[in-house]
Amino acid sequence: MMYAINIYGEAGVFEQLPQDRQAEVLAGHTALQTRLAERGAFVSVKLMPPSTAVTLTPAPASDQPPLVVDGPFAETKESFLGFYAAAFRDLDEALEHARMISSPIARLEVRPIAWAGGAISTDG
Amino acid sequence: MSATCDWLAARFAQQRPRAMAALTRYFRSVDLAEEAFAEACVKALAHWPQTGTPRDPLAWLLTAARRSGLDMLRKHQRQSRLLSENQVILEAEAAPLPDPDALRDDVLRLLFICCHPALARRDQIALALRVVAGLAVPEIARGFLVKPKTMERRITRAKSRIAAHPVPFETPSPQDRARRLREVSLMIYLMFTEGWSASETETQMRPLLCQEAIRLARLLAELFPGMGEQAALLSLLLFQHARRGARVDAQGRPVAFDDQDRHLWSRAEMEEARAFFHKARRIGHQGPYLIQAAIAAEHARAASPETTDWPLIEAHYAALYALQPSPVVRLNLIAVQAKTRGPEAALAEMQELAPDLDGYRWFHTMRAAFLEQTGALGAARAAYDRARQLGPTAPERMLLDEKIAGLQKNN
Repeated sequence: MMYAINIYGEAGVFEQLPQDRQAEVLAGHTALQTRLAERGAFVSVKLMPPSTAVTLTPAPASDQPPLVVDGPFAETKESFLGFYAAAFRDLDEALEHARMISSPIARLEVRPIAWAGGAISTDG
Repeated sequence: MSATCDWLAARFAQQRPRAMAALTRYFRSVDLAEEAFAEACVKALAHWPQTGTPRDPLAWLLTAARRSGLDMLRKHQRQSRLLSENQVILEAEAAPLPDPDALRDDVLRLLFICCHPALARRDQIALALRVVAGLAVPEIARGFLVKPKTMERRITRAKSRIAAHPVPFETPSPQDRARRLREVSLMIYLMFTEGWSASETETQMRPLLCQEAIRLARLLAELFPGMGEQAALLSLLLFQHARRGARVDAQGRPVAFDDQDRHLWSRAEMEEARAFFHKARRIGHQGPYLIQAAIAAEHARAASPETTDWPLIEAHYAALYALQPSPVVRLNLIAVQAKTRGPEAALAEMQELAPDLDGYRWFHTMRAAFLEQTGALGAARAAYDRARQLGPTAPERMLLDEKIAGLQKNN
């Protein structure tokens, strides 16, 4: 089954860490990427800060084009920072891989993928 | 410092501007806000490793800091019996945690307090670094290349100045908010510039000031996502900063823009700069920061000076000069015109600027380079000599000496 490992955290905290702690966090990501690459196709995405985002909101009238609002989807304490997506044998294996990038500044959500197309695909 | 400390310190640093801003409004005092926040962090250091980091660290720290601040005030009042402050205490105790809109205005107010016109520009910057960014005094002193004692005195003096000129704590009118944003953005821009182009120093750059300016620009862009000017400012600073690795050579000497190895420009940072640039343009903002970001974006796009669209850059500089008709902007425009029209034309244009910019070393370095290109080697040498007398940084002086030596050899 395919799983997404979604990363949530407070934007900007990573940048406040001293160099060696940043390196620690990055080492986890490098290790995970190497491991995933050995196993086959995967996707890994790091998003730019939420302040770069614009949001499309449905217009009040259904025949109007959506409204484009400057700013992220929601002003939350923690935001969606990035994700990995790959096929794993089961939830345990996905969790085991998520642990590789666990750090005190991030919350990780492991969530099964219902459908994926593009660089990785759930079809066949 | 234990490992836990590092992780938590990063959290505290991230909350600091918002927390300090809200606390300054509660207590009507920057000093008390600082003490209360420091104490809240001490409490968090004791609690969080046991209970886990709270889901809303800011709310936790604010609640703890308010309690600490009130305790301090009560102790202080028992001694001095300042009953008038009681009102403030009660208000603070009853007040709910600020909503996002109030917090936005709080942060802007705190930054604006630091920009008080009664303070010299450098003291405004130092104060913002201390109060908002939370840097330690010795760190700020290093940023400004002064002794910690001197910086301590300057910050203390600046604080008593602003205490004597209170900024209103009511919600600002839209006009006031716009004016505050403009002032604060300018201070952040100048903080960056101060770090980017040092003079009379041993180093070419003071990275601390640049980094902190970017951090503050990020804060504004986060708080005011619909404002084009703040997106443009952040874009501009990120574009500039992305080039830092190519700006000096291995010996620490400045590298002329055209000679920079563009592989050393940080692509990731330029991409982010471009994201904010597109956003500012989408909002429909027009202003000096956006024009400068547009110039930087064109440089970032081009693989080399040869493939750069100089006429486009010239048009941008002309637009900038129309908004900011200063001699330095004109000088930049002329530098680009040297590319589009040749060095002779540039030299002729520079004549008019000579009275204004005679004390500006870049004027003479630029003039020397154009004179050299036209073969007027004696005059070029004299211009390099003049630049050398105008307080170059140590690495710049090395470079000027090389130029002068080179011209002597050829003469």
